[in-house]
Amino acid sequence: MSTTEERLRERVGAAGFESSRFRDNVRFDVPPESLQAALAFLKGECGFDLLAELTAADLLDYPDARNRFRVLYVLVNTATGERINVRTHVDDPEPTLPSAVPLWKGANWMEREVYDMFGIRFAGHPNLKRILMPDEFTAFPLRKDYPLRGRGERHNFPVITRAEP
Amino acid sequence: MAVDIPDNIFLTTLDAAANWARSSSLWPMPFATACCGIELMATASSRYDIARFGAEVMRFSPRQCDLLIVAGRVVMKMLPVLQRIWLQMPEPKWCVSMGACACTGGVFDTYAVVLGVDRFIPVDIYVPGCPPRPEQLLASIIDLQNAIKKHGTLTGKEFAERRSAEGPAPLSVDELRRSRDFLVAQARERSSEAPH
Repeated sequence: MSTTEERLRERVGAAGFESSRFRDNVRFDVPPESLQAALAFLKGECGFDLLAELTAADLLDYPDARNRFRVLYVLVNTATGERINVRTHVDDPEPTLPSAVPLWKGANWMEREVYDMFGIRFAGHPNLKRILMPDEFTAFPLRKDYPLRGRGERHNFPVITRAEP
Repeated sequence: MAVDIPDNIFLTTLDAAANWARSSSLWPMPFATACCGIELMATASSRYDIARFGAEVMRFSPRQCDLLIVAGRVVMKMLPVLQRIWLQMPEPKWCVSMGACACTGGVFDTYAVVLGVDRFIPVDIYVPGCPPRPEQLLASIIDLQNAIKKHGTLTGKEFAERRSAEGPAPLSVDELRRSRDFLVAQARERSSEAPH
């Protein structure tokens, strides 16, 4: 565990790199500029060949958050069973990150879901469009400033009655 | 003056004959989106046999069905599909809204789930439950059969009188308020950006 951390810290540089752990949950915070290098290093050199999860969190109402969105990559080393979380942050006007699709093909739909729910764009994604909501939906539902019950989009359809002429 | 009719002739009306035929052979279109679909399949299987009521022929083409069973929650992405399937069914057609989610949205009061399909398509029978027991679904089919026998006509003119949707108004006061607040906030933002 500390070997991976040391190697990653050396590779990425100490600026903006933090690591913490809680029980068996190990997390590394990397700045978004070094994200692509960090992921490529972890996949190529450290053997983390499975991208298990790619999600985001909106830290809008957190009291001590420095940036709005936190994007999380959970990588698993299928040979040793080691599991690490790599976190990065993006901010509000035009949140963009480099796409992980060249590294892991499974990131394709995961990045589409993050785009659909949070509005974070991924540069270099082959097909970045909505995957869960309808294509003409205009808002990003999992942002904290979007109400749970929506803004009336769910009932904005024509009504069919019995008597059709 | 009573005419002696042999035993193999009985007198009826065209309406009654048509009603008997239609109610005894309701071919369902299973629009199963979620968990209620499993209960629908269970009702169709051997223990709770829906075939006893003439409804075992679950054609998956709406052109060949006359009973649409909406089983499960319907999301806003699926609703136009549901409306298209309803329009593709030939008259006379009936609709059973099975389960809490199809009737009122169930526990899912979120941005994606339509709170009851009766806001957008006409529903004849509502079956509550989460999921309803197969016996409840069979009871609803029996109720529908009785309703058809009582009120049906050969030409289907009882459908022509229903000119308004039977469910609640599509947009509720809350939703209108939320969408209005959002549009007002957006307009305010735009007007504050305009001089820049």
